[in-house]
Amino acid sequence: MNNDFILKNVSYRALYMWRRNVDVSLVTWKTNVLPPLLEPVLYILAFGIGLGAYVQQINYAGRAYSYIAFMAPGMVAVGIMFHSTFDTMYGAFVRLRYQKTFEAIITTPLSAEDILAGEILSGATKGVFAGAAILLIVTLFGLASYPSSLVILPLSVLAGLMFASFGLLFAALAPYIDNLNLPVFLFINPMFLFSGTFFPLDGMPAWVRLAANLLPLTHLVNITRAATFNRLTPALLWDLLYMLVLTAAIACLSIRKMKARLIK
Amino acid sequence: MLMQPVIKVTDLRKNYGGLRAVDGIDFEIGRGECFGLLGPNGAGKTTTVKMLTCALPLSGGDITVEGMSVNKDPRGIKYILGVCPQEVNLDPDFSVLKNLIVYSRYFDIPYDEAKKRAEELISRFHLHDKLDRPIEDLSGGLKKRLLMARALINKPKVLILDEPTTGLDPQSRRQIWEEVRGMKNNGLTTLLTTHYIEEAELLCDRLVIVDAGKIVEQGTPKQLIDKHLAGKGNLEDVFLKLTGKHLRDE
Repeated sequence: MNNDFILKNVSYRALYMWRRNVDVSLVTWKTNVLPPLLEPVLYILAFGIGLGAYVQQINYAGRAYSYIAFMAPGMVAVGIMFHSTFDTMYGAFVRLRYQKTFEAIITTPLSAEDILAGEILSGATKGVFAGAAILLIVTLFGLASYPSSLVILPLSVLAGLMFASFGLLFAALAPYIDNLNLPVFLFINPMFLFSGTFFPLDGMPAWVRLAANLLPLTHLVNITRAATFNRLTPALLWDLLYMLVLTAAIACLSIRKMKARLIK
Repeated sequence: MLMQPVIKVTDLRKNYGGLRAVDGIDFEIGRGECFGLLGPNGAGKTTTVKMLTCALPLSGGDITVEGMSVNKDPRGIKYILGVCPQEVNLDPDFSVLKNLIVYSRYFDIPYDEAKKRAEELISRFHLHDKLDRPIEDLSGGLKKRLLMARALINKPKVLILDEPTTGLDPQSRRQIWEEVRGMKNNGLTTLLTTHYIEEAELLCDRLVIVDAGKIVEQGTPKQLIDKHLAGKGNLEDVFLKLTGKHLRDE
């Protein structure tokens, strides 16, 4: 019970927790399906067509693209980030503090690690679904090359796990639900704006580029954009490696911190 | 003491910083026995129950259930326990029926079997009118009944009832008592915590009185009344004699 090896205490039962959360999402599926489908349409109208009228072209790796085409893969990445992070951040906090869901499940054969791994899996599932929905819209607008864009689907699983782990970590660290505004303000919003989503990082000062490269979303945007532009290169494996290492580290850390909160 | 105790608690301890919430408790529960854990608020009852249900690590000592230790095989224990907690922690995202079905999934019970068991329990606990209602529509008594039904979905070998009737009206309380007695007659081993002395007197074969994390007295209800009041009075008088009349912190 006091074991520090997280993986040793994770079993197939994590899927029961995942199923529980998916079942809840299915009850309210209409409100879960519409935002990821409609949000990108708003972005395409506002930024792509509105702002895009002033920004004629953007250079990416030596080639010029329309602003809307540049921005589209950024929207896919942002969608995965928002949906995964918020699902675990607010969802897990509410289940811990208000609904006592974890407290009920901890006396069943699920371990704390099963419960929390299941939380990360269901957060990731939301992200994968959102990513796929936005990619569909982007594709319908003719802004994604195939088959290279299909890379985004397996990539979104990793990205979903990464951001869901961050969300769980924030939930574990926040004493009150209002404290969750802090990671939104300090972490999620800066990533949304400064990860190469809306403008290329090439023209930015060196320190901004360095900071942006520490942000996980930047690496997801790099691969996603290369995929929609059919410009995948081996150098992107570094982005992938960064995401893999960060995901493993944050998943373990978030489970450890949340377990400490669940079992005192 | 007992030939083959189902539950064996040995020198159980739980410290929160300097506070000794549970301070060296020992007891054994035999098969088919209904065993009471009595004490005023803050005596350490719920802390003991949480350690027994593997929801809280021990600071010292050991608990075994059917020979399995909470320190070594918590999962094995959790498969055979039915837990009816003090605080309502039903899943507010699901209906009454779905609560039972989702909960049975945690015990690897296949869907068809889970549905069958859930429907049986729903009729046994008179919840059929509320089958598709969300939890927030249930009264306090109905919530407790559903908690009890949920605790039985895995056909437990040991039932843990943590203050099952706190906050209930006399009708609901009596109904819960009848259920507990019925299960006892079927040979289910039960641990009951309560601060309603009447409840313990009525339901428990044996009991311990806990105060400030320690056992202050143990025996059958009748033994305690005979010993402390020469057979004159009720268990509540014994309880107050042993734990004092001052008010407790929650």
